[in-house]
Amino acid sequence: MSFQIKNSGEAYDVIIVGSGAGGGMASKILSEAGLSVAVVEAGGDFDPAKEEDRTQLRPPWESPRRGAGTRIRPFGDFDAAIGGWDIDGEPYTRKNGTEFDWFRSRMVGGRTNHWGRISLRFGPNDFKRASIDGLGHNWPIGYDDLKPYYDKVDKLIGVFGTKEGIYNEPDGFFLPPPKPRLHELYMKKGADKMGVPMIPARLSMLTRPINEERGVCFFCRQCNRACQVYADFSAGTCLVHPAMKKGKVDLYTHSMVRKVTTDEKGKATGVSFVSKVDMKEYKLKSRVVVLGASACESARIMMNSKSKTHPDGIGNGSGMVGRYLHDSTGTDRMAIVPSMMDRERYNEDGVGGMHMYTPWWGDNKKLDFARGYHIEYWGGMTQPAYGTGGSMNSMRQYIKDEFGEPSQNGGYGIGMKKDIRRLYGSTMGMSGRGESVPMYDNYCEIDPNTVDKYGIPVLRFNYNWTDQEVKQAKHMHDTFEEILTEAGGILLGSKPGPETKYGLLAPGRIIHEVGTTRMGDDPSTSVLNSNCQAHDCDNLFVVDAGPFVSQADKNPTWTILALAWRTSDYIVSELKKKNI
Amino acid sequence: MNRRENLKLLFTGSVGTGLLLTGCSPEQQALPPKDLLSGGTIGGRTAEEKQRDQELLSDTFFTDEERKKLTTLVDVILPKDEESPAASEVGVVDFMEFMMKDQPDNQTPMRGGLMWLDFEAEEKFAKPFNELSESEVITIVDEVAWPDKAKPEYEGAVRWFNMLRNLTCSGYFSTEAGWKYIGYVGNKPNAWDGIPQQVMDKHGFKLEEKYIPLYLKPEDRGTIVQWDDEANIIG
Repeated sequence: MSFQIKNSGEAYDVIIVGSGAGGGMASKILSEAGLSVAVVEAGGDFDPAKEEDRTQLRPPWESPRRGAGTRIRPFGDFDAAIGGWDIDGEPYTRKNGTEFDWFRSRMVGGRTNHWGRISLRFGPNDFKRASIDGLGHNWPIGYDDLKPYYDKVDKLIGVFGTKEGIYNEPDGFFLPPPKPRLHELYMKKGADKMGVPMIPARLSMLTRPINEERGVCFFCRQCNRACQVYADFSAGTCLVHPAMKKGKVDLYTHSMVRKVTTDEKGKATGVSFVSKVDMKEYKLKSRVVVLGASACESARIMMNSKSKTHPDGIGNGSGMVGRYLHDSTGTDRMAIVPSMMDRERYNEDGVGGMHMYTPWWGDNKKLDFARGYHIEYWGGMTQPAYGTGGSMNSMRQYIKDEFGEPSQNGGYGIGMKKDIRRLYGSTMGMSGRGESVPMYDNYCEIDPNTVDKYGIPVLRFNYNWTDQEVKQAKHMHDTFEEILTEAGGILLGSKPGPETKYGLLAPGRIIHEVGTTRMGDDPSTSVLNSNCQAHDCDNLFVVDAGPFVSQADKNPTWTILALAWRTSDYIVSELKKKNI
Repeated sequence: MNRRENLKLLFTGSVGTGLLLTGCSPEQQALPPKDLLSGGTIGGRTAEEKQRDQELLSDTFFTDEERKKLTTLVDVILPKDEESPAASEVGVVDFMEFMMKDQPDNQTPMRGGLMWLDFEAEEKFAKPFNELSESEVITIVDEVAWPDKAKPEYEGAVRWFNMLRNLTCSGYFSTEAGWKYIGYVGNKPNAWDGIPQQVMDKHGFKLEEKYIPLYLKPEDRGTIVQWDDEANIIG
């Protein structure tokens, strides 16, 4: 796809900012309704089926750093996502000594090129948390409003799993799941002893084909590198590119949106963006503007879109844009399993993620924190690359020598080489990913003193975890220790204590940030109505995770997709009725 | 025009177009791609990434003397045996050279450790490290290779040796020979159908009965899935 610049005279029906899960879904649904669409993306085009874009199946020796992470690919040199926590010339700042880390992907498909494809529906309780525990606020919509869209997303994109009949973990149209790996059965043994459920994972990879356009998974465990046969979901391969093939969709790459433009009455008229190719400013016009730039980037664009009618930024009459920013909680633990040492070798790659997981099982009424978490599991005979054989200075003690004595840590030589081989595939670990309580005082705002290299004012973050999240992290570690020990593992590292908030990762680190443009029925306490339409600008919509009132303990992508589809249907219907 | 400027020309002009920047006089044309150093990451690289790899590859960090020390040490850490080559034979020192430039925070501790080797060699044997016999090398390595029993005065050198050991292992097991030695047989298309039965038996596991009919059957991977209205798979 070559770069294209259009003259400002031509108007589209809809401009969509961002090509990730939300923008991608909107581009597909709106173009299929016959509308002309411009997708404006800050990064380049990307298609893993093209040989020049392929990182899948490359061995580590095709990288001089053997797959180690870099600034723009912190999750590894072959990771598909381009951008990272710290993008050159695109800073963000923090306030009051607080922490927030912001992960961005500048490319077609956005962060769907990175995520673990864990595709969980929000359940009925997840939309009404305030009614259950009195904290935060309810969504103005419920599970029944989204269920038909979740069903359609399942069929369009594909997700494997099993029907379990758990009330708050709704079942869907599932593809068959893959059988578990060895470390997952060890984990299950530990979980069973504790009464913690462990069920087949729900991941959006095609274990069977769903159409003629996409291939089927061939089990290389590299979904994070993007699949050349499109057997995993990413917004570029499954939504944006198909939409471009079928409909009137123009893709503007390397285009950094500065603001939403408006007319005298405050209606959106299009966007103004900087082309990263020539560093010049361009304008596009449209009847409707849809923001899907990510929760924080869309909030940034809105707050930067100031005008006479929108003095605090478009959609920000309530002052709520940027407020209630929240991410999932997260912390991890790992163990070594003596009975998995000296394992028989076989190809254990599987899919690019866990084959089993634990949905939240607890009853918060009996616990000292408000909301739950799910558990992800990892381990096995993964591809040796940067990092393999490391930490013998602390791990070698777990190997018994020929006399049954623990080995000395560290060392060198043929004996150590053999010990590394004996240890390979015998470690496993788990990660908790939980729900936090949205707070008015956790927010992003425009930093009055800092601009990026395009001259666009940047975001400044203010974020503190509350006791709810800290106590939840403590519960995670208590659970992890019990499961890992019951599974026959020896815990590695030490249990984090209160001085580190029980290992609770910094906000932003789980990359599930939501809530910055939340929906609600009351225009004084929310940014959007229940159709994700701005209260104070009826032709402006948001389709990323900004509209979420609360982020469940689920990964947000499946809900972004369902919500973006529903919002797109509403846009089509409102345009037909000439309401906007 | 120096090499760095050349590289800038070659890559920064190509954003979005895949074309090389033109507009400079013939003698100032960017390097043709064939003159690029080999060894950068293959696949899906941005212009910035290509340029960075080229810059790192064209810089040199280790001196010849340091490389000689490292060659000795990495082969002590992972020597040749009847099944596998020594670390120096599979490019581990070149890998370290690159990593020093890619993760420059390691430069000072690494160089400091290599300098300490000469200090220690002079103290013990009154000659530089590179002139030590095999057994003299082992004497020094033994002082720092065993973190739990090393003398307190070697604490810093132990930390350095841990880093050296980790880097050696990373550089070794990320090669074809390393994969073969460790027994990794993945990274190829296949149809995962669960853990081999003899492994299940050995570890005492059975699949849960209720899931057996639900798991993927490899023979169904060619057929487009169909559901009924209750989300049951019917084809």
